[in-house]
Amino acid sequence: MITLHINGEKHEINVSSEMPLLWAIRDIIGLTGTKYGCGKGLCGSCKVLLDNSPVQSCIIPVSAAEGKEILTIEGKSKNLQLLQQSWIDLNVPQCGFCQPGQLIAATALLDKNDNPNDTEIDEAMIGNICRCGTYQRIKKAIHKTVELKKQN
Amino acid sequence: MKTIKNISRRSFVKSIGLASGGLIIACNTSIFSDKDKIPKDLIDFNPNLFVQLNSDGSLILIASRSEMGNGVRTSLPSIIADEMDADWEKVTVKQATGDKKYGDQNTDGSRSIRYLFEPMRKMGAIARTMLISAAAQKWDVSTSECSAENHFIVHSSGKKIGFGDLVEIAKTLKTPEEDTLTYKSPKDYKYIGKDLSSVDVKDYVTGSAIYGLDKRLPNMKFMAVQRCPVTFGTIKSFDKTDALKIPGVEAVIELPRIERPFGALGGVGVIASNTWAAFKGKEALKIEWDFGENEVYNSKKFMNQITKNVHKNGKVLKDKGNISKAFKKASKIIESTFQLPHLIHAPMEVPVAIAWVQGDSCEVWASTQTPQASRKEVIDYLKTSEEKVTINVTLLGGGFGRKSKPDYVVEATIASKEINAPVQVVWTREDEIKHGYYHTVSAQYLKASLNNEGNVTGWLHRFALPSISSTFAPGVEYASGGESGSATNLPFNIKNVKVEIGKAKAHVRIGWLRSVINIPHGFSINVFADELAYAAGKDPLDFRLNLIGEDRIVNPKAKNLKLNSARLKNVLKVAAKNAKWGKELPEGHAYGLAVHYSFFSYVASVVEVSMKNNKLRVHNVYTAIDCGVVVNRNTIKAQMEGAAIFGMSLAYYGKITVKDGAIEQSNFHDYKMIRMNETPTVHVEIVESTEKSTGVGEPGVPVIAPAIVNAIYKLTGKRYYNLPLSDHGIV
Repeated sequence: MITLHINGEKHEINVSSEMPLLWAIRDIIGLTGTKYGCGKGLCGSCKVLLDNSPVQSCIIPVSAAEGKEILTIEGKSKNLQLLQQSWIDLNVPQCGFCQPGQLIAATALLDKNDNPNDTEIDEAMIGNICRCGTYQRIKKAIHKTVELKKQN
Repeated sequence: MKTIKNISRRSFVKSIGLASGGLIIACNTSIFSDKDKIPKDLIDFNPNLFVQLNSDGSLILIASRSEMGNGVRTSLPSIIADEMDADWEKVTVKQATGDKKYGDQNTDGSRSIRYLFEPMRKMGAIARTMLISAAAQKWDVSTSECSAENHFIVHSSGKKIGFGDLVEIAKTLKTPEEDTLTYKSPKDYKYIGKDLSSVDVKDYVTGSAIYGLDKRLPNMKFMAVQRCPVTFGTIKSFDKTDALKIPGVEAVIELPRIERPFGALGGVGVIASNTWAAFKGKEALKIEWDFGENEVYNSKKFMNQITKNVHKNGKVLKDKGNISKAFKKASKIIESTFQLPHLIHAPMEVPVAIAWVQGDSCEVWASTQTPQASRKEVIDYLKTSEEKVTINVTLLGGGFGRKSKPDYVVEATIASKEINAPVQVVWTREDEIKHGYYHTVSAQYLKASLNNEGNVTGWLHRFALPSISSTFAPGVEYASGGESGSATNLPFNIKNVKVEIGKAKAHVRIGWLRSVINIPHGFSINVFADELAYAAGKDPLDFRLNLIGEDRIVNPKAKNLKLNSARLKNVLKVAAKNAKWGKELPEGHAYGLAVHYSFFSYVASVVEVSMKNNKLRVHNVYTAIDCGVVVNRNTIKAQMEGAAIFGMSLAYYGKITVKDGAIEQSNFHDYKMIRMNETPTVHVEIVESTEKSTGVGEPGVPVIAPAIVNAIYKLTGKRYYNLPLSDHGIV
């Protein structure tokens, strides 16, 4: 039995300890917002926060996530919610498939950096591919979120 | 036939999942525009259903095309809602299943709005007209005293009634004759031409959007398939012992090859209780293959061969004037050879389909651009009838043409029938890259003559590429008409033009990828035209405008949507104006331009690049598009922004190579994509137009790579004829 804490909820699952966290989240627990894109940690579609750090869940064995707090796109965090609103306001997504991973990466950035510049955004987001090419709007939406936070 | 029926009380309403009691508007396929494009077997009297108004005022509008980032689930229903004077807030969009009654649902070719703008307006106009009649009847007044306004019918006296309250009367009325319908004036549009957010945006950002990958059914199994590394190779033998030892693996089955354009490739399927077990089981298979005749395919050798083929006379497609004479009299001859590699789609969501075969029935959930072709494949495989097969269309995590080939739907169907349970086939990223329908590889040879004034007097364009037709008719060795149009409809004012094609045999499945043939033709023509400008000693913008020449219709024989040189020049001028072409740029920066007509739309881009330590950087892209009447401004802008990135990815990195018949690339480390740190600022202007709406999804792509290459030339004096640029060490 492996115990996972996802979005504040406890899940006990009976899987091989080698199973990548991605498939445990998607196929065993049933949260499908976290996506499979490459299986090799190359595209960022599967990003989740593990104790507040962004990880590519497709290459992290489920055993490595035991005892840690996992945040997926279905979860709630202040920065994630603000970013989601900016994503909506700026019509960021096209097909939308990579956006959960993009939002998780952006959440991790804002959790650590209140006021990232373009270079810092590039560095934080470089691991996330968007084949539709929404990068420009993603960057704008991150800046917009920062501005909103400053105003509040 | 122009019959339109009110089918509210018809019995099949329930069968398509629409609750009874509402007002449902149906129409015949025959009112669709571009009739000739609709396959003949679709021209019948089956109704198409798009509008359901409920008595609580809620309005369900059907999206008949697939959503893959193209915005159709927003744009198509918004046309109905606008013409109906409905309140967009009250609209719910429902995805159509794959069914001929919706007309052509094939979501590719950048034609959803082009085909459906008028039919969707008609759906809205019919609904509005009937609601007005219902109110007039209720109030016992003339319809001329009533009008529709934001989900109400308003009488000239000022009294008004909500749409929902008119349902009971409206559903008893006869549907108006088509020729009695009236339409809103474009100046009164509320949604058309404006920025509408995607109806799915909240689902996208909260992770609740359901793609093919996310659909779940009770007792559903997951399948991964090992296919032959060489296209159309077959299994000699396989050992499943180790695969079956993987925890979670439940069965290993042999999948036959279905020899049809969209048939399954065949292979060994590992069926498991979760995706990871299926993937692991697949890795544990031991298979001996018979690679078959395509083992001879080596893309490097093949490129040399097709390059030879374009350096000798080919099959003549066009011969205007006298090219030999022009070349003889020339004061300058320029010739160049271009080589462009295979590409693969790489949508972020791999191909995924679920099939559940029960007896002679089958229900499918798939990320598909083509639910009707999917349905046909399933019907034919199961040898069953149409009504026994339902194709549900999920959201698509990108498509780019890959998901209009439903081979993966067939795989799921074969497996579900075999194991008697719902099966979701999930391609790995490696599968997607190694077993796709490849964008064609091509060699292009261009030769032109200049006179003393630096004007182009002769133009020879010869190309060789394995044709998409080979996927449908094995053995085809020449490009089809559709793959030649952007060369033969050359929008340049040149007296002597010759276009020829050389031989090229296909050794992989060739398919269409976003922008299709416009990628290689748009590249070679735009780079060569730029080269001619410098040879003539002229500014590339002035030279190009002059080369396009006087205002005229370039292809007067075309049936509709003719190529208008004035509109082509205009987008180039707009892009140049927005870039301030000619202005002083920062040290080490340069502009390049390209302009191309495709999918009946006109697009130009000016690109600003720099090179630092021999590494390219694209800073700005100024794109202008003329796609006729704008439906959703936000979507068009987004598509142009995305097209710049898609175009940059293929310019920088796009290359699929083949060794001994097998694709050499496997994942995003060796088939790279543009990422955030390489992203330029894309500035988009949409030209105001009252012309018919034309394509948006694809026409933004072809200009990007040539504009970049032209800018690099301006900056460095080095001209790149082969893509991708990663081969030249500059990215």
